[in-house]
Parts: sequence; C-alpha cells; structure tokens
Amino acid sequence: MAAEQRSTGSAGLAVGSGSRLSRTCVRAVLLLGVLVSLFPFYWLVVLASGTTQDIYRYPPKLVPGPHLLDNMGRVLDTVDFFGSLFNTVVVAVLGTVLVLFFDSLAAFAFAKYEFPAKKFLFGMLLVTYMIPAQLSLVPQFVTMAEFGWAGSLKALIIPSAANAFGIFWMRQYAQNSLPDELLDAGRIDGAGFFRLYWTVALPLFRPALAFLGIFTFIGLWNDYIWPLVVMIDPDKVTLQVALANLNILYNTDYSLVMAGALMSVIPLIVVFLVGARHFLRDLAAGAMKM
Amino acid sequence: MATVLDPADAPAANEKQPAGRTKPTTPGGRRRHFPPLLAISPFYVLFAAFGAFPIVFSVYLSFQDWDGIGDMRYVGLKQYGWLLQDSVFWHSVLNTFEIWFLSTVPMLFLALVLAFLLHSQVRFSGAYRVAYFIPNVTSMVAMTVVFGSVFAQAGLANSALRVIGLDGVGWLSSEWGIKSSVSLMIIWRWVGYNALIFLAGLQAIPTEHFEAARVDGANSRQTLFRVVLPQLRPVVLFAAVTSTINGLQIFTESQVLFQSTDVGTTGGPGQEGMTIVLYLWQKAFKEHQFGYGAAMGWVLFAIIAVFTVINWRLVAGSDDDRRPGIAGLLRRKGARRGR
Repeated sequence: MAAEQRSTGSAGLAVGSGSRLSRTCVRAVLLLGVLVSLFPFYWLVVLASGTTQDIYRYPPKLVPGPHLLDNMGRVLDTVDFFGSLFNTVVVAVLGTVLVLFFDSLAAFAFAKYEFPAKKFLFGMLLVTYMIPAQLSLVPQFVTMAEFGWAGSLKALIIPSAANAFGIFWMRQYAQNSLPDELLDAGRIDGAGFFRLYWTVALPLFRPALAFLGIFTFIGLWNDYIWPLVVMIDPDKVTLQVALANLNILYNTDYSLVMAGALMSVIPLIVVFLVGARHFLRDLAAGAMKM
Repeated sequence: MATVLDPADAPAANEKQPAGRTKPTTPGGRRRHFPPLLAISPFYVLFAAFGAFPIVFSVYLSFQDWDGIGDMRYVGLKQYGWLLQDSVFWHSVLNTFEIWFLSTVPMLFLALVLAFLLHSQVRFSGAYRVAYFIPNVTSMVAMTVVFGSVFAQAGLANSALRVIGLDGVGWLSSEWGIKSSVSLMIIWRWVGYNALIFLAGLQAIPTEHFEAARVDGANSRQTLFRVVLPQLRPVVLFAAVTSTINGLQIFTESQVLFQSTDVGTTGGPGQEGMTIVLYLWQKAFKEHQFGYGAAMGWVLFAIIAVFTVINWRLVAGSDDDRRPGIAGLLRRKGARRGR
C-alpha cells in the first residue's frame, strides 16, 4: 500500500491511480493474487497426470505428466464415478429448479400483494435465515430416518427446496424491477395471480433467477456434511462423499485420488465459468443489500 | 398457513356486504388473499417440517441419552454438565477459535487491500474477478485433498522451504502446523470472495464524496479513514459476521485432512484439528450419541449468537445509527437503498 497517491480520476479512490510505477505495483500484486488463487488447480492437474512416485520426488516435478487418462480410467474402475455423478446432477438440477420456482413465487407474493400477517411472516422468514444449519443436523437426520428418507436423494432435495435467502433476494429484485403498471395491465386483461406470475413476473425475473440458480446449484453440488450424514448407503452417495471415501481408502495412491478430485471439480468449474458474468455482479449487489 | 390466517379476515369482509350479493364489492375479500398465501406456503411448510420441528425436537433430544436405535433415557441437564466437563469438547472450542482468528483477521485485511487495488485498476477487471472467485466455488473436499498433498511431510510446501534453505514444517503433525494449514485453506477460499464484496462497497460510494473531501483539502490518508472506511462499514460488518458464522462451523477441512477408516476422525495428531462441528459429527454419527450431539448443537448455537452480536457491536462502532440486531441491519439496508 506504499503506492498510495492522491486521487485524480473520477474513480475517486486514492490508491495507485497516479504514477506508472505505482500502477505497475498494483498490477503485480493483483497478478500475484491470481497466481495464488489458481495454483492449486494447476497443482491438481500436475498430481492427477503423474504417478504416485512423482509426488514423493525431490525436487518436485512441477509440470504435468503423461498419465492423466490412465489415472482417470483407474478412478472409473475403482469407484462408481458415473453413479455418484448422476446422483449429484439429479440433486443439483432438481433442487435448483424447485428453489427457483418456490422462491420466485413467494417473492412475487411478498413484493406485489397484500395479505394478512405479511410483515410477521416475512420477519419470521428472515429470522430462520439466521439459524445455523449445524444446530439441526442431528434432529434433521432423525426426522429423515423417521420419514424413511435417509439414504434417498429426496433427503438432499426436498428440505432445501425453498429457502429464505432466495425469497429475500428475489423480493428485493421484484420490488425494484417489476412495474405495477404491467401487473395492472395484466389484471385488466383478466389474469389472476398465478397467470401474472407465470407470464409477466417470471420472464422479468430472469437476471435474478440466473444468479440464484448458479448460487443454489453450486451450493447443492458442493454440499458435503449433509450428504455425508444422510446418505447412509455407501453405494449411493454424491460426488463429494465418493471423493472423500476414495481419499480414505486409497490415500497412498495419490495420483488416483487426485484424478478423482480433478474429475469432480471440472463440471462445476464449467458451470461457473459459463455463468460467471451474471453471478459475480449479482453476488456483490446481494451483499450490499444484506 | 392459509387456513390459519383466513378466519381473522373473513368476518370483517362479510359484515360489510349486504345479504344477497354474490360478489364482494370491497376488493379485500378473503378469496383475494388465497393465491399469495398459497404462493408463500411452500417455504413455511418445508420450514415447519425440516426446520422448526427438528429444532424443537433437538431441545428434547438434548436431554436424552439415545443411540438412535434403542430406548431414550432421560438424563436432563446432566447432558450439558457432561458436555461442559468434556475436555475434548473444550479443546475443540479452543481449536475452532484459534483457527477462526488465524484465518479471519488476515483474510479480511488481505481482502480489503485487494479490493482497493482492484478498484484502482480498470483493465481486466472481469478476468480478475473470475480468477479471485474460483477458489470459493470449487468443492472443498477436492481442494482439501490437494492441500493435504501440498502440506504433507514430503509435499510441495516443505520442498519449497528446503529450496530456500529452511527446515520443513510439520504442517499436518504439529499443533500450529495443523492450525496454520487449516487457516491457510480458509484464507485461500474466502479472500477473493470478500474482496469482491468490499469492491462492491467501494464502488457504491458516490463520487461527490471524494470531490467534497478534495475541496476541503483532505489528503489521501484522511480520505481513506474519514470518507472511505466509514462508508464501507456496513459491508465490512456483513463480511465479518458471515466470516464468523462460517468460521465457527469449520468442518470439511479438518474432516477430510485427518479422516481415517476406523471411527471417522480424531482431528489429527493431538486432536489439534478437532473443531466443534467435527466433534459434533464424530459423537453423533460415528459414536451414535445423538443426545450428546444435539446438546452440542445448542452450545454451538449459543456461541455463534454471542459472537454475532459482539461482531455487530464491534464493527458497527459508536455511530448514531447503530442498532444491533436484525432490525438494525435491515433498517440500515433500507437507508442505503434510499441514498
């Protein structure tokens, strides 16, 4: 931060907008940050494409090796990778669709309609958002066992099918960007609540839905503790749990475990990169509103 | 939900109507409220079944001795007594706080620095954001596996130390090595996230404020401390509160780093990586002490609540609009929106 300068531009912040030297410093630090952020992924590729012996070599081998496909093939032979990938995709896709539907529907009602106890109900919703998930880990598992849902994908999808964060987020968006005139016009044409939601509100919600969708998808895909607890059948787990199991059972076979880790990371990175533009802008906006 | 709320509204609507009319003239009839109430009901139904009920049940459960299969045995407050005398539990609390402190303080500082730098840098800002955010979206299990190899005795971290002539560190075998590695993983994961949040806060500061400061002859330090940081306060508050809540719930890093085939995990050598949630999971789901796990959940809840309030007070400072609690946060949020 030695590069502080008096602010000149309309960006207005008194850091590094001055001399060429300070700008170079800023860029160097930012680039270093990028390297640190991305290095573990590069290292994952190096480890996943080498042999286990390479890992213990000194000095370490810093470039990718030729064994990536071998190692990936061994993952497929060792664990039911596609089975757990399928489970994860089902949970993440179905869960996301349900969240988008229920949250936007509730947000539409909260933003544009009056009904009894509305304030109380919305306040209650915000309070539930403050409850840490780990508090109910044990009783939630017992509940699932009672329902006979333990070990079933239902246990991963249904309980999180509507959430306070999403409703709060969508409501903020609906209040600002869904004009009442548009709804009134629809009402004159005889449209009721659900028709207005489906034909008028939902299409306009698209940008907010994109953020909430990626956010929810990533959360469901990466969730670890709940699937670990509730998917009691070892043959029917999600990708995260399968990877952890692979790590327990084959932790001396580094290149195998790393290939598995790489395979579990790739699909999500693709999803994120596709939606990153929307996602990052709205994430920042969301934090400002909280 | 709808059935509970409708009756209160219905008589009023009916009284106003002359008998014989089929359609209510007032627009506030009970049927009008039905669709929105139906629309919000999924959340409340799901919350009742999978949120509220389990929480109430966990109060009951925390007074019972239960292995999940046999009969429950009422033990009452003794459960909490055992918990408070459990040295492993206290060790896990201490570890959690040490890791939380070791990770949160440097993380928020680095994030602030990065946010300032990003704010002054216009080129490639989109690419920087994506790069900084990627650690946060990737699977913690996969990245913990990677970091586990980096911090292994013959791993990359120690190789790098040897290259510059230093001795290796017992990253996964010594007390502070374990806490540092877990903290470094948390920092790596969350720095970019918080930097982007802070950056959004910086960008929301109106340019006129800087111009006013310049007209008044403020230097860059005064601008930073008198104009920028005060306006960033709500955003820093948000980051501090979320970091605390996340930090007190650390689980995956320790669990994946130190898991083994026998009874789950012990949190590494000397149990130095044992965290509260890891111990909860270990007791409840590996040793089948469900009541004990439920009690631990409540103690964790109390700790998080206390720290969240402290956080609010600390970061909110002594300004006039300080209103700790959810209401205060929301009011401040409303004020910001109006600006």
